[in-house]
Amino acid sequence: MSLIATPQTMSFNEPLLLSSGQRLQNYQLAYETYGKLNEKKDNAVLICHALNASHHVAGVYEANSESDVGWWDSMIGPNKPVDTNKFFVICINNLGSCFGSTGPMHINSETNKVWGADFPVVTVEDWVHSQERLIRALGISRLIAVMGGSLGGMQALSWSLEYPDKVDHCVVIASAPNLNAENIAFNEVARRAIVNDPDFHGGHFYEQNVIPKRGLKIARMVGHITYLSDDVMNSKFGRSLRNGEIKYSTQDIEFEIESYLRYQGEKFSDYFDANTYLLITRALDYFDPAKAHENNLTKALEKSKAKFLVVSFKTDWRFSPARSREIVKALIDNKRSVTYAEIDAPHGHDAFLLEDERYIELVRSYFEGIHKKLNAVTTHE
Amino acid sequence: MNKNAFIECIAQLVPPNSRVLDLGCGDGALLSYLQKNRKCTGYGVEIDDANVQACVKSDVEVIQLNLDEGLTMFSDQSFDVVLQIDTLQHLRNAETMLLETIRVGRLGIVSFPNFAHWPNRLSILGGRMPVTKRLPYQWYDTPNIRVGTFDDFGGLANKNNIKILDSFGIKDAKQVRLLPNLRAPTAVFKIEKQITVKD
Repeated sequence: MSLIATPQTMSFNEPLLLSSGQRLQNYQLAYETYGKLNEKKDNAVLICHALNASHHVAGVYEANSESDVGWWDSMIGPNKPVDTNKFFVICINNLGSCFGSTGPMHINSETNKVWGADFPVVTVEDWVHSQERLIRALGISRLIAVMGGSLGGMQALSWSLEYPDKVDHCVVIASAPNLNAENIAFNEVARRAIVNDPDFHGGHFYEQNVIPKRGLKIARMVGHITYLSDDVMNSKFGRSLRNGEIKYSTQDIEFEIESYLRYQGEKFSDYFDANTYLLITRALDYFDPAKAHENNLTKALEKSKAKFLVVSFKTDWRFSPARSREIVKALIDNKRSVTYAEIDAPHGHDAFLLEDERYIELVRSYFEGIHKKLNAVTTHE
Repeated sequence: MNKNAFIECIAQLVPPNSRVLDLGCGDGALLSYLQKNRKCTGYGVEIDDANVQACVKSDVEVIQLNLDEGLTMFSDQSFDVVLQIDTLQHLRNAETMLLETIRVGRLGIVSFPNFAHWPNRLSILGGRMPVTKRLPYQWYDTPNIRVGTFDDFGGLANKNNIKILDSFGIKDAKQVRLLPNLRAPTAVFKIEKQITVKD
C-alpha cells in the first residue's frame, strides 16, 4: 500500500528578518510529515527540496494516487532508505516558492496587493531560519538528520552552520559549497529568458492575467540540459529524427531532443511561477558560506558539529564531484566525521533523484547506522 | 593468512588514540578494529563501491577516492598514522604515494607481499611465477601491478630520504626479524619523514 501524504500549513506572525535586511512580517509554510515522531522527539529527519520541487517529497495524495507521487519517493517511505517506519520525516516548501508557502503570487498583508516582483529576495539561510521555526513549533529541538540534494544539499549544509547544536547528521547530495561562474551563467540565461518575455510585465503579470510561459519554457529547457549528461542525452535521443526524415525547416521540430526539451518546458510552464524561478535561482547564486571567512571553506565549516554523508555523481557536471570534494576536504581539515561516496552513475545531476542501486543502498546503510545508534541511546537510558 | 590475526599484528603498531588514515582500507575491518580496541579515529580511503558500502555498514568513515589521483584532500601532517596495508602493489604511482603517506602522516605503516620469500624464489628458479597463499593469483589475473621485495623497499626509502623506524616480516601473524627478506611472505615498514636540518 502506498504512503498517503497530507499537506499541511503553519502560519507565523513573528516577523522574519531576512539576509537582505528586509523583514517578512508574516508568512505561512506548507509542509508534509511522514512516519511518527517518537516520545523523545529525537527521530526527526528534515528533507530540503531543490529548485523546482515542493514539500511533497514522498507518498501519494489520497485523491490522486496514480499521479502526484512525491519527488523523492524512491528514497523516503516505509522500508525505503529513509525509513518512515523508523524516522519522522518532514519536508517544508521554501519561502518564495509556488506550492503553498508564502510567495510572490500571494497578497502582501501590508499593501493588500499581490507581491509579484516586490517579494523580498530570500537566501538559503533565510529558508533555514524559517524552517527552524516550524521544526520548533512541532516540538522538535534537535534533528537526527537534515538531508537534501542540489540546492537542498546547500540547505542541509547551511543547517549545520546556522544551528550546529540542532543537527546530528547532515546528508549533502550532488551539491556544492557555492556556485561557480558557469553555474551562475546558466541561471542568468534562464532569468533573462523570463524577464524578457513580454508577458512578464516586470514581475507584475498576475494583475494582467497572463503568464510569461515562453520565458519559463526556455528557462526550463536550459536548466534541463544541465541536469543530464552528454552520454545519457546521446543514448536516449542521439540524432533521432522526429519524423524519420529531414524536413528542411528551421522552426519545426526536427530532432527528438528538441521535442523532448519543448515538452519538458511546456510541462514546467504549466505549474511553475516565473517570479519563484527568479527568486530560487538567486538563492542558489548567493549561497556561499565561505565568503564571510575570506573564502576559506575550512574556516566556514569550523562551526559545524554534524556528522556528514556527502555523495556526488561522476557524470554530474552541474554540481561536479570536485565541488563535493571541497566540502569533504573542509570537513576533514576540521576533523569532522564524514563519509564521501562518488557514484559512477551515467545520469548527470539527475542521478540524485534516480534509483542507482549503489546510491540507494549506501543511503539505506547510513540511515540504518543512524537508527542503530538512536536505539542504543534509548536502550542505554 | 588469517585476516583477524594479521589485523591484530598491524594494529599493535598503531599507538592508542591515534588519528588514522587507512589508504586502501578495503571493507574497513582494520579501522573498525582500531576504533574498538585502540580508541583510534579517522577515515579509510577506498575506490571500490562494494567496499565503501561495507565500511558504512560497519560504521567506518570512508572517503571514496582513486589513490592514483593523489592525496590532495589531506593536509600536511594531519594524521598521527597513515596506513598503507597491501595497497602499494596496486598503485601506479607507488613512489609518489609513499612520499604522500609521510607528508600526510607523522608516522607511516606500509605492508606488502614480499616477493623474495623463499617459496617464491624456488618457483622462479623452477621457471614459473609463484602462486602461494600470500600471492594466490596466476600471473595473468593478478590485481597486483607490481611486485617488490623486503630489501627493495629499503632501497626505495633510502633513495627518497625516508627514515625507516622499524621493519620486519610477518609470517602466520607473527613477526619475523631474522632474515625477513628470505623468511617472510609479508614485509612491514614503519616510516617517517627524514627531517633535514638546514643551517
